[in-house]
Amino acid sequence: MRQLYNVSRRAFIRGMFSAGALVVGASVAPETLWASVSLARPDGKNAVLRPNVFVAVEPNDAISIVAARSEMGTGTGTVLPLILAEELDADWTKVRIHQADGDPRYGDQDTDGSHSVRSFFDLMRQCGAAARMMLIEAAANQWRVAPAECEAELSNVIHRRSGRKATYGQLAVAASKLAVPVSSRLQLKPKSAWRYIGKAVADYYLVGLCTGQPLFGIDQHLEGMLYASVERPPVFGGRSKSYDDKEALRVAGVRQVVLIPPYVPPVAYQPLGGVAVLADNSWAAMRGRQKLKVDWENGPNAAYDSQKYHNELTETSRKQGRVVRNIGDVAAVFAKHGKTFEADYYVPLLAHAPMEPPAALAEYRDGHVTVWAPTQDPMTVRGTIAKKLHIPANNVTCHVTRLGGAFGRKSMADFTVEAAYLSKVSGRPVKVTWSREDDIKFDYYNSAAAMHMEAALEPSGRPIAWLQRSTFPPIASLFETGAVYGAPGQLQQGWTDIPFNLPNLRIENGAASAHVRIGWLRSVANVYHAFGVQTFADELAHAAGRDPVEYLLELIGPARILDLNGADYPNYGASYKAYPIDTGRLRQVLELVAERSGWAKRKPGNGVGWGVAVHRSFVTYVAAVVQVEVSEKGGIKIPRVDMAVDAGQVVDRQFVTAQFEGAAVFGTSVARNGEITATGGVIEQSNFYDYPVARINDAPLETNVHIVESSAPPGGVGEPGVPPFIPAFCNAIYAATGKRARELPLARIDLRRAPAQPRS
Amino acid sequence: MIHLKVNGTERKFDGDPEMPLLWYLRDELHLYGTKFGCGVGLCGSCTVHVGDRAVRSCVTPMKTIAEETITTIEGLGRSGLHPVQKAWIQLNVPQCGYCQSGQIMQAAALLKSNPRPRDADIDRAMAGNICRCGTYQRIRAAIKTAAEGRV
Repeated sequence: MRQLYNVSRRAFIRGMFSAGALVVGASVAPETLWASVSLARPDGKNAVLRPNVFVAVEPNDAISIVAARSEMGTGTGTVLPLILAEELDADWTKVRIHQADGDPRYGDQDTDGSHSVRSFFDLMRQCGAAARMMLIEAAANQWRVAPAECEAELSNVIHRRSGRKATYGQLAVAASKLAVPVSSRLQLKPKSAWRYIGKAVADYYLVGLCTGQPLFGIDQHLEGMLYASVERPPVFGGRSKSYDDKEALRVAGVRQVVLIPPYVPPVAYQPLGGVAVLADNSWAAMRGRQKLKVDWENGPNAAYDSQKYHNELTETSRKQGRVVRNIGDVAAVFAKHGKTFEADYYVPLLAHAPMEPPAALAEYRDGHVTVWAPTQDPMTVRGTIAKKLHIPANNVTCHVTRLGGAFGRKSMADFTVEAAYLSKVSGRPVKVTWSREDDIKFDYYNSAAAMHMEAALEPSGRPIAWLQRSTFPPIASLFETGAVYGAPGQLQQGWTDIPFNLPNLRIENGAASAHVRIGWLRSVANVYHAFGVQTFADELAHAAGRDPVEYLLELIGPARILDLNGADYPNYGASYKAYPIDTGRLRQVLELVAERSGWAKRKPGNGVGWGVAVHRSFVTYVAAVVQVEVSEKGGIKIPRVDMAVDAGQVVDRQFVTAQFEGAAVFGTSVARNGEITATGGVIEQSNFYDYPVARINDAPLETNVHIVESSAPPGGVGEPGVPPFIPAFCNAIYAATGKRARELPLARIDLRRAPAQPRS
Repeated sequence: MIHLKVNGTERKFDGDPEMPLLWYLRDELHLYGTKFGCGVGLCGSCTVHVGDRAVRSCVTPMKTIAEETITTIEGLGRSGLHPVQKAWIQLNVPQCGYCQSGQIMQAAALLKSNPRPRDADIDRAMAGNICRCGTYQRIRAAIKTAAEGRV
């Protein structure tokens, strides 16, 4: 339990809230950050350190709740404050949400890995409960009754016996003088009394989103700012040898051309370098950039070619690699029985393509930087800018805007550093906006991956030995030039944790070097690993003439807590005791999706096919059934998708449902068309015509999300829908056409059927 | 000098006649509701109305819209929310919300020309508007909700 504090009278909140507000904060940062301040000082003066503030109740009845993590459409910015409001018994319609700046005192603000609710559920409840108890105590004191006789209801404290009632605002001043209840006294509401958790509320910014309010990073504006467009080295690791900016400077509105130096390896979150055109408006900056003549030195990655690389990864995955988990002796079984089934799978590089491309506004002044950015990770923004500009991180203020999609791309600070650097050089505030072409060509791509699978089968089709080997350029290559093996955090994603009941199992990882920046994309390694494992399982089921759902249930085996056989398994940062791999929950979602989709009554044939897959990621269990119709010409329709989800305790059903509807569309994009390739080290795709994403007419027509009622602690919801959707979709394509996708995207496969013979 | 009307206000523009309307709206008028998504008319994030037509402002040079009446998301519901906006709110359509100005403008133009669209009409009209979060199912439902006057 973290320490909570009454910070109502601390100097640092002056100006934030009106005098007399009750303000409760919590220490979520490591204790070392607190070392220099005495929290016992009642006046809070000289407090170098500001405890973070999560809730303030003001005398005018305003209730403010801080959202400390980034909102990119998953609902985090609404849902975390909602949890606090629940325990506070606040009237949600009157709550104001404040988006926090990047500040270590809020704890982890890196909004990735689908863990905002998991990591902050308890703390938000505790802060809300503490404030509620203080308001009740203030009322009880005033009315000279026992606090236990009073109750909180929708921003009021009520004493039913006497019919007395006071608003939270009326009690704020008195409550602000009370001590925060010690943790042992903190009373959380019973689940039966929940008013908001488990129901459905709307996004706090919903009306603004539908009326065009300037909420996003790309919408930010400062008087006198310049607009920048940056020409970057076409090959990763390249640099400008020389450039000619004469014509660029002749374009009306262009003010300056600035060289951004190349990154210092390892690349991590740094910008790639390049030549920036600064102008009075976006159009002039883009036009000026077109007139630049840059002579590039490409460096060794100019030898990178996707087809060759594909072959290399596949070759590597057919040879012995590093063992990451082992049960029994696979080699001995193969030697005795022979390998009865083997297959190779491949998933290419993928780009994020959030609808808001990377964009940031920064102002450098007197050694300080203020940046407005659609960032998933404001502390990395602060640190990376500080390092590049040689200033302390405390001199960088990062205002977090709403993110126009992110999917992992905006965990990277590169675009914000460009803005800060250009502001320093130009002496003016600078907004950098990436074009779509920049976004596609200079992404941090999801790894390409080759997977080699082998199994020895009993006559019933049950595998008695299973080998799987995955080879992909690791994310670790960002931080350690030349890293070739996957870190446990990447391997855990659908690979180390294969949940099948296998007497002999060997899991390996092959070496692969990176020639582009590799990053995190929604579901990350789960995207390719779930594709490999769940496609292979489907192939085995069909080879054995078994029903795929029945076969998967047999593979999973009995309900149990999975033994990971001593493998290095970070479990998405969650404790394995609180969040074990529970095959009972995995079975449950599979059985539920089969039932709700009508799996047993399906009628495949004539271009219709159903596919199934099940996967645990980000400590959430999901099973998907996808129905497809493939026309004679190879056109794909997805009339219906069903997903069963066990994400533990769900806070908001509306947002959770939306995340899985969206995952089906995101998965459709990956499966049908997701492919980034390079020739001569240069990325070949550039915009939505050659990196197509799902549109309304090729997305699933209907996705039904079945949420398992659970009181297990909360799991993730932003990412876990994508991994099972993709193999379920491809397995459906197989059921419909007899064509097996061992490589993505589906666009590479000719799905046309031979026309039916005319009847004579 | 190009004269035009934006959300009911008379405007004059004497900059680069090749400048797309999108950048005029965003950089000069500070109407940030109209979004940049692809710059080549492929994603629909920048959709506005020129007269009653939905157009991609990122590929609409200023010189082509002299004397035209432009409506952006900020001007769509001048007397309260437009029925399409109401339906969007009612059904919680947005996730990140970035593409939704364009989706709403496109849907409003569709309903003006075809007040009771069928699924195929919706597909045809909306296929130019990408939503990367994947809100298409709710977009389709919201268009029907607005069409049926259930807002």
